[in-house]
This record gives sequence, structure tokens and C-alpha cells, in this order.
Amino acid sequence: MYDSGKIITGLIIFVLLVTIPVWYNRGTASNVPEPELPKDVKTCVLPKAEITAKHMQLLNQWRDEVIRTGDRSTLEIEGKQYPKSLMLACMKCHTSKVKFCDKCHDYASVKPYCWDCHLAPVE
Amino acid sequence: MKYAFPLAAVIALVLIALIAVQIPGMQYLFGVVVPYLAMALFLGGFCYRVIHWAKSPVPFRIPTTCGQGYTMPWIKYDKLEAPVNTGQVVARMFLEIFLFRSLWRNTKATVYSGPKLTYESSKWLWLFGILFHYSFLVIIIRHMRLFLDPIPGIVSFIETGDSLLQIGAPVMYTTDVTIILAILFLFARRVFNPQVRYISLVNDYFPLFLIFGICTTGILMRFFIRTDVDINAIKQLAVGLVTFSPTIVADISSLFYVHLFLVCTLLAYFPFSKLMHMGGVFLSPTRNLANNSRMVRHINPWNPEIKPHSYAGYEDEFREDMVEQGIPVEKELPAQGE
Ligand code: HEC
Ligand code: HEC
Ligand code: HEC
Ligand code: HEM
Repeated sequence: MYDSGKIITGLIIFVLLVTIPVWYNRGTASNVPEPELPKDVKTCVLPKAEITAKHMQLLNQWRDEVIRTGDRSTLEIEGKQYPKSLMLACMKCHTSKVKFCDKCHDYASVKPYCWDCHLAPVE
Repeated sequence: MKYAFPLAAVIALVLIALIAVQIPGMQYLFGVVVPYLAMALFLGGFCYRVIHWAKSPVPFRIPTTCGQGYTMPWIKYDKLEAPVNTGQVVARMFLEIFLFRSLWRNTKATVYSGPKLTYESSKWLWLFGILFHYSFLVIIIRHMRLFLDPIPGIVSFIETGDSLLQIGAPVMYTTDVTIILAILFLFARRVFNPQVRYISLVNDYFPLFLIFGICTTGILMRFFIRTDVDINAIKQLAVGLVTFSPTIVADISSLFYVHLFLVCTLLAYFPFSKLMHMGGVFLSPTRNLANNSRMVRHINPWNPEIKPHSYAGYEDEFREDMVEQGIPVEKELPAQGE
């Protein structure tokens, strides 16, 4: 082998870069987030699997409907009327942003910019 | 129709994953076993290729110089195109690796009436090439949010920068748009440019289609078909993989398995394909050598060792025979004692 000093060093750097996830996590399985679910109600706007995967799309759809087409119709869950709203629907049942939304979002590194304008419940 | 076969191959790969994960138990194969195998092939194959290259001797300097070389101290020479020392070589390599400088030499020959032939620099290849590679890099760094826990600041920073346009929810990433545009351009170039079309092979089209498939499934998963794309469950699998304790905690969308299977194909295919230019660019002797063949003595590593043999030594060895044959010698035989 020629220039082995340089080439082996380069290869080692490459392998270390590719395996960053292995030595960064240091073999510890992570702490899975457990968002605190509301106690007094049982159903969300959508079935559980759907709301988990698609809640951002729903929020986007609500936002477009309310602001672009002025469709402020309400929806009924367990006999109560909720407007299509981030603060007046989602956050009425999920009363804590920190213990609910942020739990998952910190784990998945999402930082919704919604809270630049919308008010989160006071905690 | 050199693109028909690779296109069919990628479609077949998509279908294999799509259909196979419907069978219970196959999720483990496609989510855990195949990724480990692919990663092992990638790392093993990559090191094997690089070490294989390192075993070939480079007996003399073969940099491609394309500027005035160093001659006399008062004649200006081109430090980047004909580098003479390590510093200049490093600068040249840096610009090559990070800015793809040599693609500025991509010329397009055109014949005008006259007839007049011109060679004009065509920078489109450079532009879309650089868009493609940097988008790819940013996407890979962003994906680290699925593998690292806690997530380092640099990953969040790049995510924020990439989603700066704040379009929709989940927010659109700029690099998703640029990588698709770039792949489409690089493909169109191979199809519509007759010269490039002529030299394009199956193994030029296959990686393009494969990466296009990876990006399309990723984009579909994020923005269009979110059913069962539970990022938390996916992250648990991904972190599990890198901590060697993989678990599949929920029913994840089959689109995710297609995405992952295409990525695994790419990883496994990588070391045995032209994609090895990732390592090759560092080892290409036409770039990484200094143009100093007239300043430094370069010795061919496989030369046999030849000892110098001076005339005086030669005469010492053969003096007796020379005298006997009557050949004149510089130093006579020692006088014979009687
Ligand atoms: C009527 C009260 C109510 C409203 C309004 C509501 N939720 Fe829920 N949400 C719930 C309940 C109850 C659950 C738990 C459902 C279950 O366990 O089946 C839940 C579950 C969820 C989950 C899944 C949590 C997990 O652990 O996977 C998410 C995400 C969520 N809600 C987001 C939202 C968003 C975003 C909104 C606004 C669009 C919203 N919710 C509006 C009551 C509500
Ligand atoms: C620039 C400030 C701003 C940002 C950022 C913002 N919103 Fe809004 N949003 C508003 C305003 C103003 C309204 C109009 C309120 C009204 O007319 O009732 C609104 C209304 C809405 C509505 C319907 C009505 C209501 O009361 O909630 C939804 C849903 C909504 N936004 C969701 C979101 C989501 C989700 C995000 C983050 C992805 C977001 N918004 C980010 C300013 C903002
Ligand atoms: C079960 C975990 C979970 C809970 C609980 C949750 N989210 Fe999310 N949310 C996610 C994940 C994961 C993403 C990122 C999806 C992606 O990147 O494809 C996300 C993305 C979003 C986005 C889009 C952000 C962006 O910039 O792309 C918005 C808006 C959002 N969530 C709002 C909320 C709100 C409001 C709540 C609280 C009511 C909430 N989420 C609760 C998991 C959760
Ligand atoms: C060659 C490597 C890969 C490339 C080029 C690639 C490309 C992409 C692209 C372009 C997207 C669209 C959204 C975005 O840009 O973030 C995406 C999404 C996604 N990819 Fe990949 N990917 C790769 C590897 C992987 C791997 C190894 C995994 C396995 C964990 C994975 C899981 C995902 C998931 C879960 C999404 C959806 C993300 C979301 O909804 O925000 N990808 N991918």
C-alpha cells in the first residue's frame, strides 16, 4: 500500500462520520415521549392513529378553511361544539402545550412556528 | 433504450418492498435485517475499494495541468491549475471537492455558419450538479433527527434554515424541491444531449432513478400520504437500529419500508458503482499530485535496486582479463614480486 498513513487516516475519519449515530447515542435506547392525554374526554378530532400522523395537515386545512374561505363552521365532539381553531379546540382539551405537544415535538425535533403568533395556554 | 432496464429495476424494487411488507413478519426483514446487511456492505465495500486503490502505485506525477506551469521565478504561473506544492494542491482539491470547480470547464461545441467552431463553457451541469449534491447532503443531515437523541443543535439549525419559507404544514423543505429539479435536469441531460446520451450506460441511469425513487417516496410520505407515518414509531426503530436493539413498535406505512428498501439498495450498490467517486475524488492522482516532476526526484516504487558501478570499480573487477586481452588500463596490475 502506498501513502497508507494518509489514506488510512482518511478512511478512519470516513467510518467515524458514517457511524456518528452509533457512538453519539452510546448504545442507550432513547426515552420515548409519553404525551399527557386529556382525562375528561375520550375522543379526539380524528381517530388516534390518524391524529398522530396527520394533525399538522388537519391544522393546515382548518387554517385555510377559516382564513381563506371564511368557513368558520364548528364540529361536535362528545356533545360539545368546538370551532376549527388551534387555541379554542386543540388547546381546550390538550390544556398543556409543554406536557403534550412539546413532548413529541422535542423528540422529533419539530418546532412549529405557530406559537410566534398563537397563544399557548398559560402554564 | 438504455434507460428502460434501470427504470424497470427500480420499479421492481419498489414493488418487492410494497408487496412483501404486507406479509406479517416481513417488516422485521425489511426494517432491521436488510438495513444492517446494506450498511455492512456499504462500509466494508467502501474500505475495500479504497484500500484496493491505495495498492496501485503512482510512479510518476500525472496531474492534469491546465494553466502555465512553474518555469522561471519571474514568469507568472497558475497556482491552482499547475500547483507545485502541497498548499496549492490542498487549495485545488478544496475547490474541487466543495465547489466542483472543474465542471466550469464543461464546454459545449457549436458550429456557426462560416463555418466557425466555438467552444463555450456551459455552466448548467455545474449548477445542477452542485444543487443536487448539496441538497442531498442537507437532507442526510436533516435525517439525523431520526437517528440521534437528543438532537444536536446543528441538525435543528439546518432544519430551520431549510424550512425558512414556512409553506404549509408540515413545512416544505427547500432542498426537497431543489433535489427533484436537479435530478430531473441531470436525467434530461442524458436523454436530450446526443453526445451524452451516446455515452450513457445502464449504470448511469440506475443511480439517478434510484435516488429519484428515494426522494419521491420520502416526499410522498411527508406531504401527501401520511397515513401511518408515525414519526415517533419510526424514530424508535431508527434509534433502535443504531443502538443495536431494534424494535418495531407500531404498524408503519408500507411507503416507509419502500423508502428504506431503496435506501438500502443504494447503500449496497454504492461501493460497486460509479458512486464511489465520493471516495475517488480524494484519491485521483490527476488532482491530488503536485506538478513538480522537474523539481523533485520521483522514484518508481517497483524499480529493482541497481548499485552504481563506476569505471574505476569496473576496471578493478576485470583488470587482469583486460591486461591479458591487451586492452589499455588506467592503473596497471601491481608489480609481480619475484
Ligand atoms: C374534544 C377534545 C379534543 C380536541 C378538541 C382535540 N383533541 Fe387531540 N386528543 C384528545 C383525546 C381524548 C386524545 C386521546 C385519544 C385516544 O387515546 O384515542 C387525543 C389524542 C391526540 C393526539 C395523539 C396523541 C398520541 O399519544 O399519539 C394528538 C397528536 C392530538 N390529539 C392532537 C390534537 C390536535 C392537533 C388538535 C386540534 C386540531 C386536537 N388534538 C384536538 C382530545 C382532543
Ligand atoms: C403570523 C402570525 C401567525 C402564525 C405564525 C400562525 N398563525 Fe394561525 N392565525 C393567525 C391569525 C391572525 C389568524 C386569524 C384568527 C381569526 O381570524 O380568528 C389565524 C388563524 C388560525 C386558525 C383558525 C382560527 C383560529 O382561531 O385558530 C388556525 C387553525 C391556525 N391559525 C393555525 C395555525 C397553525 C397550525 C400555525 C403554525 C403552523 C399558525 N396558525 C401560525 C396568525 C398566525
Ligand atoms: C404523538 C406525538 C405528537 C403530539 C402529541 C403532537 N405532535 Fe405535532 N407533530 C408530531 C410530529 C412527529 C411532527 C413532525 C411530522 C413530520 O416531520 O413529518 C409534528 C408536526 C407538527 C406540526 C408541523 C410543524 C412543522 O413545522 O412542520 C404542527 C403545526 C404540529 N405538529 C402541531 C401540534 C400541536 C398544536 C400539538 C398539540 C396540540 C401537537 N402537534 C402534538 C408529533 C406530535
Ligand atoms: C440516501 C439516504 C436518504 C435520502 C436521499 C432520503 C430522502 C428523503 C426525502 C427527500 C424526504 C422528504 C422529506 C425531507 O426532505 O425530509 C425523506 C423523508 C423521510 N425519510 Fe428519507 N432519505 C434517506 C434515508 C432515509 C433513511 C435511512 C430513513 C430511515 C429511518 C428515512 C426515513 C424517512 C422518513 C421517516 C421520512 C418522512 C419524514 C417526515 O415526514 O418529515 N430516510 N427522505
